[in-house]
Parts: sequence; structure tokens; C-alpha cells
Amino acid sequence: MTDMLSDNATQPHTDLFSKFDPLIQMRENLLASGVEDPFNLVMERVISPTVAMCNGRETILLGTYNYMGMTFDPDVIEAGKQALDEFGSGTTGSRVLNGTYVGHKAVEQALCDFYAMDHAMVFSTGYQANLGIISTIAGKGDYIVLDIDSHASIWDGCKMGDAEVVPFKHNDIEAMEKRLRRIPAGAGKLVVLEGVYSMLGDIAPLKEMIAVARRYGAMVLVDEAHSMGFIGPNGRGVAEEQGCLDDVDFVIGTFSKSVGTVGGFCVSNHPKFEIMRLVCRPYVFTASLPPSVVATAATSIRKLMHAGDKRAHLWENSRTLHKSLRDAGFQIGTETPQSAIISVIMPDLERGAAMWEALLKEGLYVNLARPPATPANMTLLRCSLCAEHSAEQVQQIIGMFTRAGNAVGIL
Amino acid sequence: MDREETSARIAALIEPFNKKGAEITDATRFTDDLEFDSLTVMDFVAAIEDEFDIIISMNQQAEIENYGQLVDAVVKLHG
Repeated sequence: MTDMLSDNATQPHTDLFSKFDPLIQMRENLLASGVEDPFNLVMERVISPTVAMCNGRETILLGTYNYMGMTFDPDVIEAGKQALDEFGSGTTGSRVLNGTYVGHKAVEQALCDFYAMDHAMVFSTGYQANLGIISTIAGKGDYIVLDIDSHASIWDGCKMGDAEVVPFKHNDIEAMEKRLRRIPAGAGKLVVLEGVYSMLGDIAPLKEMIAVARRYGAMVLVDEAHSMGFIGPNGRGVAEEQGCLDDVDFVIGTFSKSVGTVGGFCVSNHPKFEIMRLVCRPYVFTASLPPSVVATAATSIRKLMHAGDKRAHLWENSRTLHKSLRDAGFQIGTETPQSAIISVIMPDLERGAAMWEALLKEGLYVNLARPPATPANMTLLRCSLCAEHSAEQVQQIIGMFTRAGNAVGIL
Repeated sequence: MDREETSARIAALIEPFNKKGAEITDATRFTDDLEFDSLTVMDFVAAIEDEFDIIISMNQQAEIENYGQLVDAVVKLHG
């Protein structure tokens, strides 16, 4: 071993963090302008699903994914407290070892009932659900055809598996079909779509896309994270709304949005689905959700099955905010309100951050989204509405936006 | 189809994406020399895929850093 270094010699040191220098610089420049740090907000107290104390101010929340306002539902809270008392604070184990309690089976049954499907598998986060299912079912020699605007968890699932990854232009049916057509005969195909794309709040033409995917013999996975509980007659999502849920092989969802806690899941009618529990590494090699979390999730999911009135009110909020912000002169990510996300397009990051701060000072929290998380390098102020926002709060929000927009010079 | 003809067809396709009018040789790098971002890459790859009726998966794209490697890959994929 002649090439080993002697004890008194050292090689030059390469800082593994130097790859982050451009981002560090960008952040420093932004904060040097005196703006409040958009990525370091602290909520000191949460008063309701729509109001919290943020950085010392009472603030209307318009940037959570608490679409159905279930986080303070009395039945949900009670179920969680009871599970804490009866089952303790955590499982300290994997679902396939000591981490499956009756509560985990109960929440999976609630999902089967909610979606009217045969199988449900609960993961510790929504991120892990996409990571696990995609990387496990699409392996070497298979092809994944996916929308270029897919969520990070979908991309990471693709990267973790060994399949060939073929993206197509956002919501472009023809571009998707061309790629499916060119896949070598005999190869396994998985098409990955989302119901609602969370950056602009637009929905996918699932009915047409899934019909094409079927014609080419592909299996179909749809992430309905941002539509569950809200879109569709029973809140099952965009596929239900468009009448094509029966043609979806795997629905991916999350507990951290409408359900109001944390966790992820996949529901499916595939006859062999249960084998996933043994072969899916992000399911096996992590601790299961705490008993209180699965208890709150199960209670919330069952209540969401009968939440037609809340769904109607949330649609009303979405339509009102979309129209009013457009009328005020803001540029919105979608022509029509398509989901509970109303995305306001900012001219650049500097003015986006200034507007974000002006809104915060008005007492309104929205999400500042910036590249690379956004399509086409846009800076967005993403507003996500809640079924618990009152009509009065929506009017207040519109006033805040108008004042802030004038102050920052965007309007 | 030989390498020269393939190269000529790709050179024609690259033109609208070559905003700075950089000289294209086999050694021209897409990220460093042509400054392609991820959206440009997607549109450019789609144009090549349509022209030659092939798929260049992201796994294959990861191996392609310069123009010469792209021409070689297309020749191979197109058969």
C-alpha cells in the first residue's frame, strides 16, 4: 500500500458545502435588503385553523394546507387524546415489526371506506408514500412517464428506483402519448400524474391522460395530496371529479393537508397490493406513526366523508378570492379557480419578498415560493384557502392584498 | 443514418436554443457553454425525440454532457 499518506502528510481539503455558496449568497442578498426572513417564520400560538400569532402579530393564515380546517375539530382532538392515554406517545418500531397497533389498522380501514377501494397502506409521511411506492413498483427496465412539474417526492421516488425516467411537458397529453408510444415493446410502464399541481393550483386533465395511458398498457399512479377531502363529490380527488377514479391503479395521498395531521398513504385495488408491505423500503425501515396521529387521522377521514357543506364553502372562498384578486389587478396562476390554491405571480423574487413582508405586516401569512420549486422560475405568493375561512376573513384578505400591492408598487 | 447527417440535423434543432450564438463543436457543453437550464433541456430533448422518434430518458441524459456525446447517443438510439 505505497499510495497511503504518511502520518505527517495531509491532502488539500475540499469543503463539501461550497456547492451551496450561490444559494447562501442569494439568501444573504435578500436579507440584506432588510426584509423579514420568509423562510424562518415562527408561530408562537395557533388560535384556530385560520388564525395564529406569527412573529408577535395576530395573523390570518392563508398559506397552510389545512384545507378542511380539521386541526381543531373537537372529535379529532378527543380521539388523539384518548389514543395518547391508552397507547402512549409512540410505537418505537416499524409497521412490519412492533409498530402496527389497532389504530394503524383502523386508519387503513377508514381510507378503504373513504375511497371505496380494497387496499390501503399508511406511511409515516406523504413524501415517503411517493418515494416508497414509485421506487418499489418501477424497477430496472421499466419506464416511468411523468409530468415535468411533479412534486419532489415523485422525482425522488424515480431516482431511488432504477427505472428509466421520461418526463413530459406539464399537462401536455400529446407529449405524454408520444413518449408512451416510443417505449420498447414489453417494457413495464408507469404513468405518474397529480390531481392538483400545488405551485399554480391548476388541475390535470386526468380523464384524457389516463385514457391514453390505458391504451398504451401503462399502470397509472395519481397523487391527490392537494385535492383529498375537497375536490370530487365524496372528496376523493380530481380523478373522482372527472369520473376516472376506477382507472387509477394507485392513489397517493397525505394526512398533512385536509386530514390535518401527518402521514401518507397509497390506496389501490391491485390484487397483489399487500406484498408492498414487505418489499417497500420507506415503509419497512422507519418507525410507524404515533397512535395519537393515526387516531386523529382516522376520525378526520371519517368526518371528511360527510363534509359536503364545508366543501361547498371552500369552493365559494376559492372563487371569491380568485375573482377579487384578478379584479384588483394581480396576475393569477390559473384563468379560473381550479382548487383551494390561488397562486399570485410576482414580477421577481425581490418584489415577491417585499410583498410577502408587507402582507405579513398587514397580518396575513401566505407562502412565498421561489425557484427551483416553481415552474418556469416564477416567484409566487401561494394562497391556500381553508373551509374555516369566513366570508368576512376572505374580504379582509382581499383588502390586505390590495393595500400591500399598492405599497410595494405591484398594482 | 451516419454520424455526419445526424449531427447536421441536431445542429439545426439546437439553433433556436442557442441564444448566445455559441459555436457548436463536439466539445460544446450544454450546461456550461450553452447555459441550458432544466426547462430548456426539456424542450430541446423533446425536439430531438420528435425529430428522430426516439426516447432519451433522464438516466441517459445524465450521461450526456456535450454535443458530441449527444450525437453519439442519438446515432445509437436511432439505430
